[in-house]
Amino acid sequence: MGKTLFEKIWEKHIVKTIDDGPSVLYIDTHFIHEVTSPQAFTGLNKRGIKVFRPQQVVATADHNVPTLNQHLPIKEELSRKQVEALINNCAEHGIELYGLGHPFQGIVHVIGPELGITQPGMTIVCGDSHTSTHGAFGTIAFGIGTSEVEMVFASQCLLQSRPKLMRINVDGVLHKGVVSKDIVLYILSKITASGATGYAVEFAGSAIRSLSMEARMTICNMSIEMGGRCGLIAPDEITFKYIKGRKFAPQGADWDKKMAEWKQLYSDGDASFDKEIFINAEDIQPMITYGTNPGMGIGISENIPTTETINENDRSGLSKSLAYMGLQPGSPIKGQKIDYVFIGSCTNSRIEDLRMVASFVKGKKKADNVEVWVVPGSKQVETQAIQEGIDKIFEEAGFMLRQPGCSACLGMNEDKIPAGKYCISTSNRNFEGRQGAGARTLLASPLTAAAAAITGEVTDVRELLN
Amino acid sequence: MRALTTIQSRFVPINIENIDTDQIIPARFLKATTKDGFGKNLFRDWRYENDDESKKIAHFPLNMSQFDGEILVAGKNFGCGSSREHAAWSILDYGFRVVVSSFFADIFRNNALNNGVLPVQVSDAFLQRIFLQDNNTELTVDLEKQIITINSTGEQEHFEINRYKKTCLLNGYDDIDYLLSIKKEIQQFETQRV
Repeated sequence: MGKTLFEKIWEKHIVKTIDDGPSVLYIDTHFIHEVTSPQAFTGLNKRGIKVFRPQQVVATADHNVPTLNQHLPIKEELSRKQVEALINNCAEHGIELYGLGHPFQGIVHVIGPELGITQPGMTIVCGDSHTSTHGAFGTIAFGIGTSEVEMVFASQCLLQSRPKLMRINVDGVLHKGVVSKDIVLYILSKITASGATGYAVEFAGSAIRSLSMEARMTICNMSIEMGGRCGLIAPDEITFKYIKGRKFAPQGADWDKKMAEWKQLYSDGDASFDKEIFINAEDIQPMITYGTNPGMGIGISENIPTTETINENDRSGLSKSLAYMGLQPGSPIKGQKIDYVFIGSCTNSRIEDLRMVASFVKGKKKADNVEVWVVPGSKQVETQAIQEGIDKIFEEAGFMLRQPGCSACLGMNEDKIPAGKYCISTSNRNFEGRQGAGARTLLASPLTAAAAAITGEVTDVRELLN
Repeated sequence: MRALTTIQSRFVPINIENIDTDQIIPARFLKATTKDGFGKNLFRDWRYENDDESKKIAHFPLNMSQFDGEILVAGKNFGCGSSREHAAWSILDYGFRVVVSSFFADIFRNNALNNGVLPVQVSDAFLQRIFLQDNNTELTVDLEKQIITINSTGEQEHFEINRYKKTCLLNGYDDIDYLLSIKKEIQQFETQRV
């Protein structure tokens, strides 16, 4: 019987399997950032050992960094200490750090792919649940806790049980105004925030194949929001073209050798999955969330569910959720006034996202009642946006282009949404307090977020497209 | 890691589903560089109004004096969202050794096990039975036998745990000790795969 993409990669990385227990999985690349690594370094020091394979670890500072005036010292003391600890730990253990001020600095899941570090067939981990992003390149990539960060530091391996396998097929052609973020929010609305727990999820089908690498990353990024251990997409010509020529991409004879390996990375025709889901791309309209988990999403023209119409998974939480959000069951979401627009995060802060927003807002102005933050995913994205004149378009529209970092995705750094305010956000989580205590998050695509920025309310972007 | 064998205790019920790690420990408390002291911020924004410790939210179970114990009982899909191990640290630091739910998110489950906190997954029906008990009821979680008991009624359910993880937890071993012990095999693997 044939093998799935996941199995092909998994089997090549098994050092050994403990009887009736987990496998020892070898990790090719380990990304780290300032928030989930300090206790792991302390653990190593307590054991009196060094990082085993420092050349396979790449570090950046992203969660705790300010997105204005990055040339100045970080104002908040604890944030500054955490970033300083990363600098010291990397120096002590010989780890490459793309810290503040470095031309490669940025959100860890943006810089890995854009530097060509993320390559098909790899195993990749990071102390961050959105590590699933890298699966867009046909990798097994998943988030880990700090104890596991310490394990990988110590041994370049992890103890892992093989997850079950799910394939989500999205076939057909997307409607105008519908983008990859809408695909993933639609899937989430169908299978719920725990629908893929225990599974590695392969995304397949003609609608997925037609997407750019940036768009594929958005989908794999949010596979964790379904509870999936990881999400992955078989690499193809679009993948290879994206990687070729990047800073750490293989070159010359090495490239040819890798290409031969990468072309074997797909699920065989007779491979079997524990679960398979089929979705018609034409059923998807621009999506938006109304509740406090990413599975609580609806099409933009639909009404907020009532306890009668909602899926069973979210029924018991609906009234608590809507009370937090200040929204009414059964009412339309379209026309809901908003206060903030956040375009950024490891889900949607790549150059393609910024271009999409810029081409839509060119010549338009933001509504007076909203504040609009655009936060590029990396220094390279920022530089490229400026080279392409995207910064000017944003300036004329009244959008604020800030500096790279996780920013208002997680209410940890200085960028927070005030309590009670509505923010339409291109990020990945609408949990209570995620963007700041009391903040109300509506997740949507960059296009839908841009449309709301112009009108000041939740808007069907299709009505504004020519 | 502290070993865990049998826990007999009263329990704190939080009958809410899909509790994510941002609720367990909000991101603004992740700035520490040590593992200690997270317990005081466990469920911070559900415990206090406007982040003000003098304004306890009376109906939240952690603030209700009738509830106490080393066992936290919560609705299904507990620990979803962020991979922050701080969630497990805050639960442990607060004084819980066991979390009972009818479903756990993957990363949280691992993080808990790596810190000596036992996630006990029970059926929906059994979970609802626990929620129906009064606040004096004790639960017994026997890791060796993999059985959870509602002491007042004698109702029992078996729970699953990976045999390797069970051994680790019963003895207080951690994965790093094991991985360091097979370093030669790892080096050999690296040489062979090139």
